[in-house]
Amino acid sequence: MSARNLALSLAFTALATLPFWMPGIYYINVGSQILFYAIFALGLNVLVGYAGLVSLGHAGLFGIAAYATGYMLQLGYGHSEAILVALVIGVASMALYALLSLRSTGIGFIMITLALGEILWGLAYRWISLTGGDNGINVPTRPEPFGYSLTVPTTFYYVTLIIFVASVFMVAVFVRSPFGAALMGTRDQPRRMNALGYHVWMIRFYACLFSGLLTAVSGILFVYYTQFISPQTLSLTSSAEVLLMVISGGPGTLLGPIVGAALVVVVKTVVSGFVVRWNFLLGAIFVAIVILMPEGLVPGTVRLWRLMWRKRASADGVIPAKTEPTP
Amino acid sequence: MNFWLVLTVNSVTFGGLLFLLSAGFSLIFGLMRIPNLTHGSLFMLGAYIGATFVVGLLGFKLNFWLAAILAALAVAALGALAERLLLRRLPGDQLAQVLVTLGLSFMAADFCLMVWGGDPLSVATPDGLDGFARFGVMVFPFYRLAIIVIAAMVAIALWLLLDRTRLGAMIRAGVDDPDMARVVGIRVSQLFTIVFALGAGLAAFAGIIGGPILSVYPGLDQDMLPLALVVVILGGTGSLLGSFVGSIIVGFIYNFGQALLPELAYFVLFMPMLLVLLLRPQGLFGRHVP
Amino acid sequence: MSRKVTRRKFMAATAASAALATFKFPAPAIAQAAPFKLGLLTVKTGPLAQGGIQMEQGVVTFLKEKNYTFAGRKVEFISADTGGSPAGTKTKAQELVEREKVDTIVGPLAAFELLAITDYIKEQKVPMLSLAGAEDMTQRRPNPYFLRPSATSAQAMHPMADFAAKELKLKRVVTVSEDFAFGHEQMGGFQQTFEENGGKIVNKIWPPLVTPDYTPFVAQIQDCDGVCQGFAGSNPLRFMKQYAAAGLKYPVVTGETGGDDALMRSIGDEMLGMYSCCPYTLDLATDSNKRFVAAMQKDYGVDPGFYAAGLYVAAATVAAGLEKANGKSDDKEAFVKALRAVELQDSPRGPIKYDHFGNVVGDFYIRRVEKIDGKYANKTLKTYHNVSQFWTYDEKKFLEAPVYSRNYPPLKS
Repeated sequence: MSARNLALSLAFTALATLPFWMPGIYYINVGSQILFYAIFALGLNVLVGYAGLVSLGHAGLFGIAAYATGYMLQLGYGHSEAILVALVIGVASMALYALLSLRSTGIGFIMITLALGEILWGLAYRWISLTGGDNGINVPTRPEPFGYSLTVPTTFYYVTLIIFVASVFMVAVFVRSPFGAALMGTRDQPRRMNALGYHVWMIRFYACLFSGLLTAVSGILFVYYTQFISPQTLSLTSSAEVLLMVISGGPGTLLGPIVGAALVVVVKTVVSGFVVRWNFLLGAIFVAIVILMPEGLVPGTVRLWRLMWRKRASADGVIPAKTEPTP
Repeated sequence: MNFWLVLTVNSVTFGGLLFLLSAGFSLIFGLMRIPNLTHGSLFMLGAYIGATFVVGLLGFKLNFWLAAILAALAVAALGALAERLLLRRLPGDQLAQVLVTLGLSFMAADFCLMVWGGDPLSVATPDGLDGFARFGVMVFPFYRLAIIVIAAMVAIALWLLLDRTRLGAMIRAGVDDPDMARVVGIRVSQLFTIVFALGAGLAAFAGIIGGPILSVYPGLDQDMLPLALVVVILGGTGSLLGSFVGSIIVGFIYNFGQALLPELAYFVLFMPMLLVLLLRPQGLFGRHVP
Repeated sequence: MSRKVTRRKFMAATAASAALATFKFPAPAIAQAAPFKLGLLTVKTGPLAQGGIQMEQGVVTFLKEKNYTFAGRKVEFISADTGGSPAGTKTKAQELVEREKVDTIVGPLAAFELLAITDYIKEQKVPMLSLAGAEDMTQRRPNPYFLRPSATSAQAMHPMADFAAKELKLKRVVTVSEDFAFGHEQMGGFQQTFEENGGKIVNKIWPPLVTPDYTPFVAQIQDCDGVCQGFAGSNPLRFMKQYAAAGLKYPVVTGETGGDDALMRSIGDEMLGMYSCCPYTLDLATDSNKRFVAAMQKDYGVDPGFYAAGLYVAAATVAAGLEKANGKSDDKEAFVKALRAVELQDSPRGPIKYDHFGNVVGDFYIRRVEKIDGKYANKTLKTYHNVSQFWTYDEKKFLEAPVYSRNYPPLKS
């Protein structure tokens, strides 16, 4: 798979040197956004892609971590305490989510998570003393780890990049681990896994916790980036958006969510500057993906790429799909 | 006393509208296992198309009922097209179905904004129904009462279709066991197109019927879709009776919940849905656990 | 959307002086080589698009009137769609400031969008003019780079309450408004002034933001002689329809968005007789309003309302401020000072000036919805002159009290 490793190395080099070849601070900021939304999508993908559990309420958890950070800062705590508390609260909330949602699978899981997301959204609006209602919470400062101020966009980008790479690494290790294999087993054949003696619920629960951790991390990065949190961030639309990132990129793959996040963020922020009807365009892109590459952008591109190479190499055009693990 | 009665009547009428909205969703999900997240957009499209004829935006005005039927047919055709061209390629691939239905809803919402602009459209109550029925000191608008009648008529028509016609028998067979249905020789894929078109048409019909009450505005799709989901969860998917009873129940929860527990107005719909999902995931009348 | 529109064809000086003459400004400023970049943050997708589209129409109408020239400088106009979310607003604000290097921003539309970028604007020292009513932006947490040419949330409600108590002789009013800051602040302002003039608020009803059917809330309106509503966007239409459908006939009063002139083309009989108080009114007989309305009707085929007029006046303020600053916009503090010193005698909303917080002081109009020549329209009944955000209250006392909110002022039981 050296072609793949080459591609990955190139991508990594490009990301690491982005501030040098990107034309302007604005685009560096877009890069930061793509990265933390990618972490969010990676977190959701643990459930959607690897566990087969579709969550339509993940924005609620994203928002809880962001609100926890903002609230702690408002109370006067420092950044380290705020981040720590936010991580704990984020994962704890995910645990609660999991306890409630894992009673179902399939559409039941989707609906429970949707309901939970909507409830959290409603709480954010109504619990004004905690969240400020729709006035939201302002985060006036960014942390300064080791003396480097995150207010500088390039520094923020690099810190986000480091966290992003760590997250990708964690997910990669997770996927290739026995636990990851067990999780995918529960996705594909839950009854058989049960019969084999695996505690399906427990496996899913741990997967939820892992997902919750990544989601909380991305929520914290988000609130430091935007320096503001309001109930809008927890809406159904936001949950749908991150789900679309995962599905359009390729669920169950490592790079899929990243590509999906890049797609949505680029259309929303950059393309919307040139195309008035960018919402229509985004929808059309999703429909096109479904027509051309229903398995997602990353697996689809890999498939087409292999198709091209195979056609060159041999006469027969019969390509077995999905036999090799996609990156 | 007056207060409770008004709320009760409104619960039933709002429930009637919800039934028209969610019957289609329930059918589509029951038979095809597709969570049709475009359903809210179909409702809105129907409302906009119907309103165009009622308000006379194309230069001529049509009778309200005629406009409603035209809107339903137009959107049904669109639905059939979407099913044949898009959804048919994705049997069982729930994630891709979510992607395509959400993508279509983005396109539909922006399309409506492009064509009809951002201003709301007010749909006049159809002639003959724009008065009030007075019972002593209480007043109920005729039109809202009419919605109950319309919903009941549609419910009966759907029930007759499902219970008394061959098509209905095929649909029920497909809902119960699609594989066996195929084995028995039922053209399930054709059935899918018909059912999707029917569901889409119903949603559009609901949209324009709801027009005189809700008006037509951008964002209508996002306001109504969660309601359809709640109804279908409560009532159970694939069950007509479930949709009907679920709609009435949601009508009551919506009205009484908002009025009595205004502090919880944002959650008053989702808490019962959560409870049902936790305790009885197939809903009240659902056949199988979804 | 980002649309760079430059007008190289027109002679800046002659066009500028011709336009300036109609605005009764002092002698034209020296023409500067560098174009003046004006950014617009608006919403063009989703439910907020209604106001957002009108905002852009208002700005563009003014720019066209001035041939895209302010104080002798060419104006480059860049419009950005925030998507109606705070994160999107932040991103687009960054795009305007960092990528496009705009000199001034007009917009955004919603209060939550404004609050998301207020710190950023202060940091980047970019003058911003917005219609968003968030009270504390010009009161307890003022932003020195901010101007508001329209009104704070409650600014129009104080005179409305005065009118309701004194002329409509209402005594017991139920307030109904969406359950968010704009609604809370409007109703709070109404309550304060209404209760000082002998009235009483008997109940405050707060439907959530997403409410297709207001009937359960309408059913709670009782034991009163009037209703005050504060809905915005397309909600007033739906609310009034459902209000009328419930058979209620109490007089209804509302603020700047509840009876917006731009809604008049969409309504039916349900709004007839409704009173509203707005900083803009369609039938105002000033020269600039006549021109403005004519231009809007010609270019867009619509009557302008609160949003279009608000942004037109914002753009006019920018033009006048640039005049005052002799065409220089580099010294941000000086430019903001010049902006806040702007006084317009002839604008579509009448004479305006700004207080030391950057909020407008101007005329507010009481109107009533009537059917004129077969069309629904607001007929202006009374003008309150020189209304500031503090109404007749002592500024210091006003600022010491908490901001208007859901529970402030509290209901007297």
